[in-house]
Amino acid sequence: MGDMSLDNLSSQYFDVLKELGNIGAGNATTALAQMIGTKVDMSVPQVRLLDFKDVGDMMGGAEQIMAGIYLAVEGDIDGSIMFLLNKNAARHLVDKLMGTGHKPDEADFDEVELSALKEVGNIITGSYLNSLSMMTNLKLVPSIPFVAIDMAGAILSVPAIQFGMMGDKILLIETQFFDELKLSGYFILLPDMDGYTKILTSLGMGDISI
Amino acid sequence: MSQIIKVGMADLNICVSPDGITTLGLGSCVGIAVRDPVTKIGGLAHIMLPDSKEIKNNSNIPKFADTGIEELIKRIVAKGASRQRLVAKIAGGAQMFAFQSGNSAMRVGDRNVQATLKKLKEMNIPVLAQDTGDSYGRTVIFYPENGNFVIRAVGKPEKTI
Repeated sequence: MGDMSLDNLSSQYFDVLKELGNIGAGNATTALAQMIGTKVDMSVPQVRLLDFKDVGDMMGGAEQIMAGIYLAVEGDIDGSIMFLLNKNAARHLVDKLMGTGHKPDEADFDEVELSALKEVGNIITGSYLNSLSMMTNLKLVPSIPFVAIDMAGAILSVPAIQFGMMGDKILLIETQFFDELKLSGYFILLPDMDGYTKILTSLGMGDISI
Repeated sequence: MSQIIKVGMADLNICVSPDGITTLGLGSCVGIAVRDPVTKIGGLAHIMLPDSKEIKNNSNIPKFADTGIEELIKRIVAKGASRQRLVAKIAGGAQMFAFQSGNSAMRVGDRNVQATLKKLKEMNIPVLAQDTGDSYGRTVIFYPENGNFVIRAVGKPEKTI
């Protein structure tokens, strides 16, 4: 298991990671609905294992402006979690949360709005981690959130580099939320390779060779 | 008709004037543009990590500063450029999140820049200009015709180094 890499992940393992993604994203959607006080629907999350060079295209191009919220994770697993959504969607959520009415999509975020956005990321990733923690019985402690608003490629370089230390693919979970608008959100969960082993072992999959 | 060749993440390619070559949304990665000013043959590498020797799974040549730069130079020279005339410009290596701890993985932007400069120095390729560090992403376009390295960032005026 020491040499485990995402590049040669068996379909069985992929299915488990997919299911973790589904449940985590489901909980995150519930949290989002409570936060903005409206009903939010969610599409079935798409779990993708992508080559680095294709990552940018996923989100509408490497130059698509996105908001990325990043938290380090400690506890039984070392790693990090990132939640990304495009800037328009981030603007929509922040406007809703602050109740200040809709600002133009291209309006920059002020300090207060940025911290609201961090809080959105905090709650969404927190509920995601909670469900993962409950399923696996692993202790997962997130750091405070950090936010960046920039080109998709640039934000994604951070998790891509971390995946790059282990292999040549990146695991991405895409979820679409719907309230009045369709919002695409992306989760990237980044345990170290040891962490993947721990997650899978705790789910009773540790003995399967990959 | 000239075209602009696209280079992805952990990828590299070469081009000949009047064509240009680009990579979009460099974050902590580094873009290394090299050309021979006489033949106007050039190329661009988009590296992600500083050192192939630090990592066990290191068969992906363009992913690392050391192996990526070697391969880029090899391909530019194979196309007919003079090894002695090659010059470089670099961009990227940002720290995208204000996240500080003892975690060296989070300072990878800076380590990528240092490794890139070191490798270019070892190979005696002068670095004519660089736009690195800080905390924002960069899209770069390189023209081997005149060596212009155009840098675009969100909310900032375009610049050429």
